[in-house]
Amino acid sequence: MSSRDLILGRLRSALGEPRPAPVEVPRDYRPAGAVAADVDLFVDRLTDYRATVHRCATPDVARVVDDVLGGRQVVVPAGLPRHWLPDSVDVLPDDDLPTGRVAAVDGVVTAAAVAVAETGTIVLDGGPDQGRRVITLLPDVHVCVLRADQVVATVPDALARVDPHRPLTWISGPSATSDIELNRVEGVHGPRHLHVVITA
Amino acid sequence: MRIALFVTCLADTLFPEAAKATVRLLERLGHEVVFPEDQTCCGQMHVNTGYPDEALRLVRRHVRVFAPYDVVVAPSGSCVGSVRHQHATVARRAGDERLASRAEEVGARTHELSELLVDVLGLTDVGAYFPHRVTYHPTCHSLRMIRVGDKPLRLLRAVRGLELVELPQAEQCCGFGGTFAVKNADTSTAMLADKMRNVLATRADVCTAGDASCLMHIGGGLSRLRAGVRTVHLAEILASTEADARGAGRDAAGVAR
Amino acid sequence: MTAPGRPAGATGDGTTFLGMPATAPPGVGHLRGDEPFPAAARRALGDAQLRRNLRHATTTIRDKSGAVIGEVPDWQELRAAGRAIKTDTMARLPELLEQLAAAVTAAGGTVHWAADAVEANRIVADLVRATGADRVMKVKSMATQEIGLNEALEAAGIEPVETDLAELIVQLGRDKPSHILVPAIHRNRAEIREIFLREMPGVDPGLTDEPAALAAAARRHLRETFLSTRVAVSGANFAVAETGTVAVVESEGNGRMCLTLPETLITVMGIEKVIPTWRDLEVFLQLLPRASTGERMNPYTSMWTGVTPGDGPQQVHLVLLDNGRSAVLADEVGRQALHCIRCSACLNVCPVYERTGGHAYGSVYPGPIGAVLSPQLTGVADNASLPYASSLCGACYDACPVMIDIPSILVHLRAEAPHPRAEAATMAAAAYTMDHPALYAAAQRGARLARLAGPRGRGLPPPLSGWTASRDLPAPPPQTFREWWVER
Repeated sequence: MSSRDLILGRLRSALGEPRPAPVEVPRDYRPAGAVAADVDLFVDRLTDYRATVHRCATPDVARVVDDVLGGRQVVVPAGLPRHWLPDSVDVLPDDDLPTGRVAAVDGVVTAAAVAVAETGTIVLDGGPDQGRRVITLLPDVHVCVLRADQVVATVPDALARVDPHRPLTWISGPSATSDIELNRVEGVHGPRHLHVVITA
Repeated sequence: MRIALFVTCLADTLFPEAAKATVRLLERLGHEVVFPEDQTCCGQMHVNTGYPDEALRLVRRHVRVFAPYDVVVAPSGSCVGSVRHQHATVARRAGDERLASRAEEVGARTHELSELLVDVLGLTDVGAYFPHRVTYHPTCHSLRMIRVGDKPLRLLRAVRGLELVELPQAEQCCGFGGTFAVKNADTSTAMLADKMRNVLATRADVCTAGDASCLMHIGGGLSRLRAGVRTVHLAEILASTEADARGAGRDAAGVAR
Repeated sequence: MTAPGRPAGATGDGTTFLGMPATAPPGVGHLRGDEPFPAAARRALGDAQLRRNLRHATTTIRDKSGAVIGEVPDWQELRAAGRAIKTDTMARLPELLEQLAAAVTAAGGTVHWAADAVEANRIVADLVRATGADRVMKVKSMATQEIGLNEALEAAGIEPVETDLAELIVQLGRDKPSHILVPAIHRNRAEIREIFLREMPGVDPGLTDEPAALAAAARRHLRETFLSTRVAVSGANFAVAETGTVAVVESEGNGRMCLTLPETLITVMGIEKVIPTWRDLEVFLQLLPRASTGERMNPYTSMWTGVTPGDGPQQVHLVLLDNGRSAVLADEVGRQALHCIRCSACLNVCPVYERTGGHAYGSVYPGPIGAVLSPQLTGVADNASLPYASSLCGACYDACPVMIDIPSILVHLRAEAPHPRAEAATMAAAAYTMDHPALYAAAQRGARLARLAGPRGRGLPPPLSGWTASRDLPAPPPQTFREWWVER
């Protein structure tokens, strides 16, 4: 007998016959679409978790990137809008770069799939303007650019918008730990600096 | 109203003043109190120590004794919790569905004292007089099992002469937990030490609660420390009147003034 | 009727046959302690530094968690939904696991089934060996601690490197984890600094005990490991049957490193971690961070569905672990312990845990949930003292984000636990007496004889001396209530 059959057999006999009655899940909580997104709340939550927030008009994204990463080397996903990047940064497009190469750059600029106001979360789904997971992981500075209309109110709203079959990374502030006396300390293994640029 | 007293074995045996106070209070409020004499113990100690089979006969007795009464009161959140939440479980475990449903009926008619006064009788001012500095420990089963909420505090706030002081970390367990106090005596004692520290920090004369068991625990610790703080059951405070106070320099709860 | 704790059809004489629910085998993993809880607790209670560390940490997390839970207007509705989803999951567990396995396989992953710790350890070691690697990096995972994977890998000549900060502190300090979420909760910053200075190669000798400096030291220490290790082992917080998606919730980014950088990813998950639908995540991703670290959302959550060509590990394995879970499922009352999402809120509010810490529980699952989960995974006889390691105060039930009625399970398991012979005789006699009012009244009068035990009961023998060591007994009253009632 395979372990698969063994385990499934154990579970079936554990549940016995008749099976426990089916359960109706009460979903009386706020479902997707119940709450209007509040960009100011999003900004407040991001700031509370030590992310730096920039709000600007779309044409000004390059200026913000210049302020944050000017003069430094930046990895970008292949599909990132090039007008977001100022001349002052040394752009390294990700073309299956070796890990060591990605680790050596100063920063990364990406878009996002969706963002959650209530929790101050940005979600990356590996789309062409977000790239492979590794490029937002190894550089120490992550600049994430998103439109205000990508901000949704709640976690249910965000889950309803993303595709489970893509690799998803939910990011809420810079890398942090609560492992020392249960105090939150920012800056462990992931990017220690998270900049979120919200365009109108 | 005709009210059956579920005295609880602990109050009956070791803390009769709490039970006597319950009777005096309800009679003073114009109600008839009856005491079904065949009652003994609700079986909570057996259930919580892992002896539900032995508890079954006590559950059966309790249900039989109290089934005839429309309103039952006990001066204990813990014992009411057991009647309301454990009796049916014990019966079902033994396969006695009929006993389980009768136990549920009795449980629904059984009230902890503050519940009876506030919810059933609609009272918060029971006309009591108790001129002392008092702190209230909410006891876990009153707080989280039967959820009496702030009913005891509302009753205490209406007592004339009583100065109510808030107990720091009030919702932390005192460490009694029935046989836990003996089986895990060291941990229980560590919990008690923190509870006593918080009681002493209030500089109250009296620590009160709705459960004689927790009061026995806290009081036993305070007595060992010779801390000078008395533990007094909520019923005794609510039963105290100015007439009691005029007698002998001691109030109904026996606290020297 | 079927006795609780035993599935229909079990032989009841201790023998098992194929297909019957089985407890976790002894001799492997970390579910059984060396001594009963009261003895271990006594030693922990004597450690003043430990008591201070625990008090500080649990107070901090309670305050943080309370604040962010207070922000959510539908917390109780989310809890109710979480409980219902888990109840539904357990009722359909075999089918959901088959669905999960099919979805993961369809997405390019490989699914393995491990009946117990021994088999899971062997599967993981074989998979690592097949890659030719002699080192794996690990994301904090309760399941791999439970099965003793690190010891098994070491025995197979494979070096496991823990990458979670608290796990690293425990591993470097040759210590044991004492908390589900923060395994080094028993260590304060000064102790952590000492461990790093002693055990971390190339550490700056001027390292301070500032948490930020300690975190930075861990970052430097592990960077090269992340970049060069070809195999990672993780646990799973959730696995979605509908889509085959696995989710890991973390803070530091060590999880992302392990889930992204290596060629091979091996995830070991307890079979109870499956959830039916993608939508169900919307409940748990709201409940878990707020109940756990007291954050609105943890810094990083990674979700992957099989293999994504060109992004992340190209060899993705999922090991489905039973190791006693089927036995838990067989107990109609106790099975809700399988609902646990490992947030550790119950530890943080437990007055017993706060004073004894996690080591006293013996198992990798400490605190209230451990006191109900460990004995069920091993069989109650192997963890007989744990169901009693609670005052039944109920704080855990109120704190649990999926509303596990831990106090009721504790009481239920006490009935299953082996009882001391003398205690059982006393309890039976007491029940008999209390079922006979005349005998009962006589016994009450006899209680007054307790006075003979000396003032305030101080001369009582064990076990009652456990009370009187620190507490006086009340003086028996001159008259019981029922005597007064008859006389009035």
